[in-house]
Amino acid sequence: MGHFSRIIGPVAVAALVAPVTVRAADDVDALRAEIAALKAEYALRVTALEARIDQLETTATVAAAAPVEPPPPAPSAPARNSSAFNPAISVILAGNYADLSQDPTDYNFAGFMPSGGEIGPGERSFNLGESEITFSASVDPYFSANLTVALSPENELGVEEAFFRTTSLPAGFSVKGGRFFSGFGYLNEIHAHAWDFIDQPLVYQAFMAGQYAEDGVQVKWLAPTDLFLEFGAETGNGNAFPGTRLERNGLNGVTLFAHTGGDLGDTIGWRAGLSWVDLDAEDRAYEDVDSFGSPVVNAFTGSSETWIADATLKWTPTGDSRRRALKLQAEYMERTEDGDLAFDVDGSNLLDGYRSRQSGWYVQGVYQFMPRWRVGLRYDEMDSGSTRIGLVRSGELLATDFPLLLPGSPSRVTAMVDWSPSEFSRLRAQYAWDDARDADTDQQFFVQYIYAIGAHGAHKF
Amino acid sequence: MNRFIRGLCLALTLIAALPAQAAIKVLATTADWGALATELGGDKVNVYTATNALQDVHRVDAKPSLVARARSADLLVANGAELEIGWLPVLLQESGNPRIQPGSPGYFEATSALRLLDIPTSVDRSMGDVHPLGNPHVQLDPRNVALVAKALTARLAVVDAPNASYYQSRGADFQARWQQAMTRWTSQGAALKGVPVVVMHKDQTYLVHWLGMQELAAIEPKPGVPPSAGYLASLVSKLSATPPRMILVNAYNDPKAAQWLSERVKAKVVTLPFSVGGTPEAKDLFGLFDDTLNRLTAAAR
Repeated sequence: MGHFSRIIGPVAVAALVAPVTVRAADDVDALRAEIAALKAEYALRVTALEARIDQLETTATVAAAAPVEPPPPAPSAPARNSSAFNPAISVILAGNYADLSQDPTDYNFAGFMPSGGEIGPGERSFNLGESEITFSASVDPYFSANLTVALSPENELGVEEAFFRTTSLPAGFSVKGGRFFSGFGYLNEIHAHAWDFIDQPLVYQAFMAGQYAEDGVQVKWLAPTDLFLEFGAETGNGNAFPGTRLERNGLNGVTLFAHTGGDLGDTIGWRAGLSWVDLDAEDRAYEDVDSFGSPVVNAFTGSSETWIADATLKWTPTGDSRRRALKLQAEYMERTEDGDLAFDVDGSNLLDGYRSRQSGWYVQGVYQFMPRWRVGLRYDEMDSGSTRIGLVRSGELLATDFPLLLPGSPSRVTAMVDWSPSEFSRLRAQYAWDDARDADTDQQFFVQYIYAIGAHGAHKF
Repeated sequence: MNRFIRGLCLALTLIAALPAQAAIKVLATTADWGALATELGGDKVNVYTATNALQDVHRVDAKPSLVARARSADLLVANGAELEIGWLPVLLQESGNPRIQPGSPGYFEATSALRLLDIPTSVDRSMGDVHPLGNPHVQLDPRNVALVAKALTARLAVVDAPNASYYQSRGADFQARWQQAMTRWTSQGAALKGVPVVVMHKDQTYLVHWLGMQELAAIEPKPGVPPSAGYLASLVSKLSATPPRMILVNAYNDPKAAQWLSERVKAKVVTLPFSVGGTPEAKDLFGLFDDTLNRLTAAAR
C-alpha cells in the first residue's frame, strides 16, 4: 500500500492541474465501485458454497439414517474338489404291469413289413421297463455333451443317445454329432419317460420301429424372427429301420425338417412341422410264413422315403400349467418304398420288384383337469395302401405267400389317466383296444410307474 | 438447475443416438425383472417378458415363441437360483444364441446380486421342491430390487457400451425415486410389524421378512406340495391357539385352500399381486409395492 500511495501521490498532485483532475477522480471512483462489486459477488458465492456444504451434510446424515440395505451376497463357497466338474446325473426308473387279451408274441401290423424294433405292448404281467441313466455337462466353452444309457430288463446295456452339441456357434446355428434321436416330427425326440401314454403311436412303431436314432451329424438353424422358425438337416450311417447299415462310404440317408411355432394370445402355444426322411435299405430281412405255413425270411432292398407332418398345441386356461392344461397333438406319416423284394432268402431265394405307398396318423389329447391329475385319449390309424409285389404280379407266387403284406388298416383307441404327486413321479393306468393285427381286438390294460431321481431335467415343449 | 442440465444432456444424447442404433433386445424371465429392465433401459431396450404374473414360474413350457425370442436376445435377465431350472436350460440350448449363455455378459441373474434367505443345509427331494441355492422369490423385498437394479444398470452398460452413460443416469434416477418410495413404504409398513400371517408357499418369505410380519405357518405342508384335507385340519387346530390376522395368497395361486382355512380360523384372505401385472394396480414395480402395502394395511386395520 505504501508504494501505491507513493506513486498515487505525485500522480494526484499532477492531476490537480485543471481538467485532468476531474477525470482521474472519476477513475478512482470506478475502481472502488468495481472492487465493491467483486467483494459482493464473492460474498454471495461463499454463502452459496456454504449452503451447498450444509445441504450435502444433511443429505449425508439422511442417507446414513435411511433403511439399511441387506448385506451383499455372500461369496459363494469355492469349489474345492475335483467332483465340482462331475456331470449332472439323472436316473429314470420305469416299470409296468400288463394284462393283454392276445398273445403279444404274434403282434404285427397288418399290411406292414415288420421293423424288428420295439413294437407292440410288451410282455404280460409285471415288467421292468428300461432304466435310463443320463449324464450331461458342458465340455468347454464351445461344446456340451450328453450320454444316455439304457439298461434293459434283460440286463443288457445300450447306448440310447451319446452326442456332443455346439454351444457357441454364431447366427443361430448349432451342430450335434454322435448318436441321437432324429429331429423330425414331434415325438421322435421325446424320451420314453416323457411320453403321455405308455407306448408310442402305431405309426411310429410301424414306420420307425418306435423311435429313430442314428449315428451321424445334425445341423440346425434358427431364424432370427419373432415367429419360431427352425430348419434342420441330418445325415449318418442310416443303420436304423427303415434303413440298414450299408457297406459303403459317405452319407447314408438324409433327413430334413422344418418347424414353426408361436403363441395365440397369452394362453396358447403351438408348433407345427414338416419333415422328410430318405434312407436306403439293403437286405432288410423280416420273418413271415408262406402259403403252406412254413416259416420264411424275406428281404427288402431299395429306397425308403417318409414324409412327416406334425402339429402340437398347448392351452393353459389360467396361465398356470399346474392347475389346468390341455395338450393336443397329431402327426401324419406317408412312406414310399421302392426296390426289390427277395422271397425265402435261405431257400428258393426268388427276387423281383417291390413298391409300396403307406400312411398312418394319430391324434391325441391330454387334459390336466386339476393339479396332479391328467386324462388322455388317443386314436391311431394306418393304411397299408397299395403294395406292388413283383413276384405276385408275375404269377410266380401267391399274395398269400406274403401274409403280413396282405392289405390291412390297423387302428387303436387308447385311454389313460395319470397321477403325478410331484414333477419327479408319475403313476398311470392305460386301457387300449388294439386292432393292429388282422385278428381279434387286443384289449390291453396297463399300470405304469415312472420315477426320476438326480439332476432336475428340463423338458421340451 | 442441476435437473435441467441432466434433462438437457439426456435429450441431447437421445437426439445424438437416434440414427445410431436400434434398441437392444432384452428377454426377461419374469414380469418383475422385465419391468425393471424397462425402468432402467428406457427406449434403448426392447423388453420381452417370458411369463406373466398369473403363471407359476417354476412350471413353464419352453414354448417355441420363447425359443424364438431367446434366439435374437442381446441380454437375458433371469431370476436365477434355479427358479427357472425346468425350462430355461432348454430355451438356452435351443436358442443357438451364444450371447446369452451362462458366463456371457448377456446372461444376467438377478439373484447373483443378493444374499438369499432359506439356504438349506441339506437337500433331499423328500422335502418337496426345495431350492438348494436358497429361496429364489426375492422380488418382494424392495431393498433387493434396489440391489438388482444397481447390478442390472452395470450390466446394461456393458452389453450396450455406447449407451453406458444413458443407463447410468437412468439408473441413478431410478435409485433416487426408489429410495424415496421405499421411505414411504417403510413408514406405511410399520403398522404391519409383528402381524401374524399364514402364507401359501415360501414365495412370500422376503415380503414377510422385510415388513417384520410373523409367519405362523404355510398352507403348503412342503414347498410345491398341495395340502391334503388332513393337513389343513391339523393346521386349523394348530392355529386356534395363535390365530393369524391374515392369510396371504398370490394372484397366481388357487385360493380355495386359503378360503377354506380363513372361514375356520377367522382370518382375512389377502390376495397380493406377487408380480407386476398380478393385479390391475400393479402396473409397474412402484405399483407392485404400492398395491401390496395398500392391500396389507387395509386388511390389518
